[in-house]
Amino acid sequence: MSKEIEVPELGFLALLRYVWRQLTSMRTALILLMLMGVAAIPGSLIPQRITNPIAVRDVFEQNPELAKWYDRFSLFDVYGSPWFSAIYILLFISLIGCVLPRTLEHYKAMRAQPPVTPKNLSRLEHHQEFASSEDALKVAADWFKANRFRVRVESDSISAEKGFLRETGNLLFHLSLILILVGVSFGSLFGMRGEAIVNVGERFINVATSYDSLAFGKLTGAGTLKPFEIRVDRFNAVYDPKTNAPKDYTAWVTITEDGASYKKVIKVNKPLTFGNTRVYLQANGYSPVVTVRDSLGNVALQGPVPFLPQDGNLRSIGSIKVPDAEPPVAFVSSFVPTNARTTDQGAVSIFPELLDPKLLFSIWKGDLGLDSGIPQSVYRIDTSKLEKIGLGSVKPGETFTYPEGSITLETVVPWINLQIVKDPGKSYALIGGIVAVLGLLSSLYGRRRRIWIRTTGGRVEVAGLAKNSAPGLEAEIENFVRAIRGEK
Amino acid sequence: MQTTWAYISNYLVYSAMAVFTISFIAHAFETAFAVRAPEVADSTDGGLLTKTLDYKRTEKTARIATAMMILGFFLLLGGIVARGISNGHVPWGNMYEFSITGALAFTGAYLAALRKYDLRWLGLFISISVLLTLGTAITLLYRDSAPLVPALKSTWLVIHVMAAIISGGVFLLANVVAGAYLYLERVESRGARPLWLQRVPSLDVLDQLSYRLVAFVFPLWTFAVIAGAIWAESAWGRYWGWDPKETWAFITWVAYAAYLHARVTVGWRGRRAAWLCIFAGSTFLFNYVYVNVWGSGKHTYSGL
Repeated sequence: MSKEIEVPELGFLALLRYVWRQLTSMRTALILLMLMGVAAIPGSLIPQRITNPIAVRDVFEQNPELAKWYDRFSLFDVYGSPWFSAIYILLFISLIGCVLPRTLEHYKAMRAQPPVTPKNLSRLEHHQEFASSEDALKVAADWFKANRFRVRVESDSISAEKGFLRETGNLLFHLSLILILVGVSFGSLFGMRGEAIVNVGERFINVATSYDSLAFGKLTGAGTLKPFEIRVDRFNAVYDPKTNAPKDYTAWVTITEDGASYKKVIKVNKPLTFGNTRVYLQANGYSPVVTVRDSLGNVALQGPVPFLPQDGNLRSIGSIKVPDAEPPVAFVSSFVPTNARTTDQGAVSIFPELLDPKLLFSIWKGDLGLDSGIPQSVYRIDTSKLEKIGLGSVKPGETFTYPEGSITLETVVPWINLQIVKDPGKSYALIGGIVAVLGLLSSLYGRRRRIWIRTTGGRVEVAGLAKNSAPGLEAEIENFVRAIRGEK
Repeated sequence: MQTTWAYISNYLVYSAMAVFTISFIAHAFETAFAVRAPEVADSTDGGLLTKTLDYKRTEKTARIATAMMILGFFLLLGGIVARGISNGHVPWGNMYEFSITGALAFTGAYLAALRKYDLRWLGLFISISVLLTLGTAITLLYRDSAPLVPALKSTWLVIHVMAAIISGGVFLLANVVAGAYLYLERVESRGARPLWLQRVPSLDVLDQLSYRLVAFVFPLWTFAVIAGAIWAESAWGRYWGWDPKETWAFITWVAYAAYLHARVTVGWRGRRAAWLCIFAGSTFLFNYVYVNVWGSGKHTYSGL
C-alpha cells in the first residue's frame, strides 16, 4: 500500500480519488479512532468551561501565562475545539466512505443467490456422505426453509446460506453512530438551555427576561420558547439527620399552558416535559423575606432576596441592595438556616433545614452603582466606594434599627433553580443508541455460514463452511443430516 | 435493624476474604507442588514431563481452591445483599460498595469462564487480586451505610451501574489474560516454558480468549454508557456533558472499539493486540480510581 508511488502527473481528480481512498481506508479510520480517544483525555484533566467555569477562572488567576497558552490551543473547550472537531469530522467522513459502499455491496449480496455448490464437497468443513432416499433434496429444501436459509436450488444440489444479520448488524451499528452525531448536532444547533431561580410562591413565565442565564443554539432564538407558566406552590427538602446529606427534593407546582391550569410534582429524576422542552429541578436555597425602611420611615424594599448556598448545610451569601432608600444602602449578608455559635469562623450552619435561621449583615451606604451599566452579581456587591455604617443580625420577626433606617426579617422562603432545556435532537440520539446496541449484538454474535447438499445416485453429500470460524456449524449440520435421514 | 444488617454484611465480607485467602493458599500449593518430581520408582513410562509435572497429586488441592473460590463468591454476594438490605436500596452508592461489587463481578467472570475454559492456572492471580481489592475496600474505602442522594434515586442506578460493573469485571479478566499472554510470550521467546507454566494454555488460546471476552462484553459496555446517558438526561438535564467520568467512559469505549477493529479488520494478533487490550482496560481502571478519588464532576458523591 504505502510503497513509494510516483506522482508526477497526478491530475486533480486522481489526487482527490487518492486522498479519498486514503481517508476511507481502514487503517486511517483506526488511527483517527485512537486519536479521538487520546484527544479526549486533556479535557478530563484540565478544567473545562462547559463543566467547571469556576476552576477555569482560577487557572487564569493563579497562572495567567499558562492559562493564555491553554486557551490558545482551546484546552479549556476541548470538545468544541477546532482540532477535536477536525478529528471527529474526518472520522465520520471516513466512516461514511467506508460504510456506504459496504451497505450497497451487502444489499446486492442479500438479493443475489448463494454461490453455486462447489464441485468437491469433501474439501469443505464437516463433510459427510451417506446413502439416502430419493426425496433427500426435497427434505433438505424444507429444512432450509424452516430454518430460514437463503437457497440456490439446482437439479442435483442445494446451496444454502444464512447469517446476513452479522453484516447487517455491523452496518446498522456504524450507521447509527452517524445518527447519534446528527442528533447531537441538531440538538446543539436548534436547542436552548437556561436557568431561573424561582422563590416558592412566585411564578416563572417562559420568556427570555425570566431567565438568569439563557443560551440558544446557533440556528434558533427567543421566538421559539414554548409559552407556559410555572407557579411554585411548595418545596420540600428532606435531609438525613445523621450525615446532613440530602435524601429527597420535591417541588409542587401549578402549570398554566394554553389557558388551562394543572398541578404537577417535580423531582430530581422526574422533570416536567413540554414536548422537546424539559424542566429540571436542579438546585435549591433560601430567600430571606425582608422589609427595609429608610430614614424617612418609607418602605424602600420588601420581598424575598435569593441567597447563594456555600456548603452542604446551606450557609448562604447574598446582598440586599436598596437603591431606593434615602440614603441608598446595601447589606452584605450571610444567612444560616441552623445557626451555630463559633468563636472564629463567623456564621456557621450546622443543618440545612430552617431550625434556627439567622441573617447576619454589614450595612453600607453610598452610590450602589446599579445605574452605571456595568453588570453586577446579584449575590455580591462592590463595597470599595461605600461607607460601612453598621453590623447586625436578625432572626425571623426581628427588626434591626440603625441611624439611617431599619431592616426586618419577615420570614424565609426556599427558592428552587429550574433548568429549562430544549433538545430537539435527543430522540435521534436515543434511537441511534438503541440501534447501535442491537447492531453490535447481532454483529458480534451473528454467524454467517453456508451448507451444501448434493445427491448422486442414491448417495448424499453434505458439507458446510463458517465465516470467521464461528462455532456451532458442526451441531447445525448434525441436525440437518438427522432431518435428511428422517431421524428426529 | 439496619445496623444489624450492616454488621452481617461486614462479617460476610470478612468471611469471604478468609475464604479467598484459603483459595489463594490452595492455588499456590497446587502451582508449587505439582512441579515436584515424583519418586523415581513411580515412573514407568520414562517421559521427562510426566516425571516432573504431575497434577494428579494436587488435584484435590485444586478442587479445594476452586470450591473456596465459589464459596467466597457466594459469601461476598451475601455480604452485598445484606449491605443492600441495610441501606434500603441497591448497594451502589459509594466506592466501597462499588469495589466489593466489582470484586464479585471479577470473581463471577472468572468462574463463568472456568465452566468453558480450563482457567485454573489463573486462580492464583484471581484470588490475590480479589483479596487485595476487598482489603483496600474495607480498610481505606469503608463508609457506613447511608441514604442515596436524590440524583441517584432512579431505576437507572440498578441498570446502569450493574452493566458497568459486569463490563468492568470482564474487561479486567481480559486484561489478566492479555497480561498472561505477554508474560508467556516473553518466556517462550527465551526458550521453552518452565515446568510450572506447562499447564497454561498455548499463546493462541490466550490470544483468542482475551478477544472473546472483550467481544462478548463490549455491547454491554456500550449499553452501560447509553443507559448512563438516558439517566443523565433525566437527572441532570443533558444526556452527554463531558463530565470526567463520561469522558473516560468514552475513552474506554473508543479504545475497545479500536481493539476490536484492529483484530477483526486489520488482523492484529498477539503482542500488539494484547498491549492494546491492556491499554483499553487501564483506561477503565483509571476512570474508576482517578475520577472517584481525585476527580471532580457530577459522578463524585460525598466522601468517595
